[in-house]
Amino acid sequence: MKWKDPFILLAVLLIGWELLYLVVGDVALRSPVSTASSLGAMLGDARFMPHVRETALAFVQGFAIAVVVGLLIGVPLGAARFAGEVAEPILVALYSIPKVTLYPVILLVFGIGMPAKVAFGAIHGIVPIAMFAMNAVRNVNPTHLRTARVLRLSPINVSLKILLPAALPEIVTGIRVGFSLALIGTLLGEMFGSQRGLGHLLMQAMSLHNIERILALTLLLVAFAAGVNALLLALDRHLHRGLP
Amino acid sequence: MSRVGFTRLVFLLFAVGLLELLCRLGVIPNFTMIPPSAMAQSLWKILASGTFTPDIITTLTHVGIAIAAAMIVGTALGTLLQSSPATRRVLDPLFATYYAVPMYAFYPLLIVIFGLGDLPQVAIGFLLAVMAVILNTLNGLDRVPPVLLKAARVHRLGPLKTALQVRLPYAAPYVFTGFKLAVAYSFIGVIGAEFITSSRGIGYEISFAYNNFDNGVMYAMILFILLLVITVNMSLHAWEKRLLARRRRA
Repeated sequence: MKWKDPFILLAVLLIGWELLYLVVGDVALRSPVSTASSLGAMLGDARFMPHVRETALAFVQGFAIAVVVGLLIGVPLGAARFAGEVAEPILVALYSIPKVTLYPVILLVFGIGMPAKVAFGAIHGIVPIAMFAMNAVRNVNPTHLRTARVLRLSPINVSLKILLPAALPEIVTGIRVGFSLALIGTLLGEMFGSQRGLGHLLMQAMSLHNIERILALTLLLVAFAAGVNALLLALDRHLHRGLP
Repeated sequence: MSRVGFTRLVFLLFAVGLLELLCRLGVIPNFTMIPPSAMAQSLWKILASGTFTPDIITTLTHVGIAIAAAMIVGTALGTLLQSSPATRRVLDPLFATYYAVPMYAFYPLLIVIFGLGDLPQVAIGFLLAVMAVILNTLNGLDRVPPVLLKAARVHRLGPLKTALQVRLPYAAPYVFTGFKLAVAYSFIGVIGAEFITSSRGIGYEISFAYNNFDNGVMYAMILFILLLVITVNMSLHAWEKRLLARRRRA
């Protein structure tokens, strides 16, 4: 019954939500149905779309920077063993710090507005992408590389026919993790240093205690994040098929 | 010191030195960033004067509660889930999506449910941390060799005793990985939440100092958080490596 599982989970989550609503009531929550309808109304509102576009634009730029910079850092560190060993604990440390503490620094450097949001999304995404890419390149089977040397493959052919196929599955995993973190970063950036975007709307709804709006925005963000993650996860598992 | 460690130290010193130089030469204006030496000096003064000690204690208490709750709840849920493969299969998509969802989006909701006190901040830290413990507990329990479980059956251990005396001890190094992540995530969750809304705590003080253009206090507190979190995480990281190495030798 494997195909049924996601539907069972969805049903359980919706029932749980409805039950929680029945317990805490209108003061704190809205029912799933009324949240869906207020989200529908919000999406139909012409004043709402510019905020979505703003967030989307900031996120796409931040994520793109995170992927490019992450790979530019991770791939060479994976290829050069010594540099990789020097850098690894530094990357682990950077990954585990609460990057939200750096937001005043980002705002002081970039000022309030689009560049700060992009930078905030990017710094959240870069480190995991770099870490996964480094491990991916480092773990390429050395026998494959020696075989390539025996076959006298050119450096371009080595990259295209050996390194890329061998490292791609792990790199995609890193990009999937980086995607979620860059989204979180972008939203956090909007919550603190912006007058536009979904993060700003969320912050505004919070200070106005507008529960309907909070829930509709949360639902939209969760649905988007979960949807894209499901697609990336499917790609990730497809690429990892048959690997140990 | 190993060659790798030495190179790392030189690299880090060079990076800090470069930052110091750029700040001192005015390439980076003092309005944007103060030199690292000034940050350290300001931090020393703040810690010695004790102005922010209550905030530091508040934050650390919240982080501590979130970590402890995540450890207990996470290990228990992980152990329960492992004994029910059907439930686990149904929940699997939730596990895979959990960290993809921006947890801070739930923060307003948590405030609405728990009120404006300290609880929502602890809850965010807990929610971020608990899944790491669950996933790593499951990972560790999956590796328990069947022969150990058979031995437990021969000794007629009940399910609880089997879990406490055989399965969890075997899975301990993997559960520890979960605990390590729980520490990192609790810090991230609690401090992030303090930035959004709070009236005390380190995150609040950084935010307050930023709004008052008080770069001395702001950078000192940022430095404090970074040093604290990095020290804690690196110690756990080193300990975890030792645990795993011992397991491989055995």
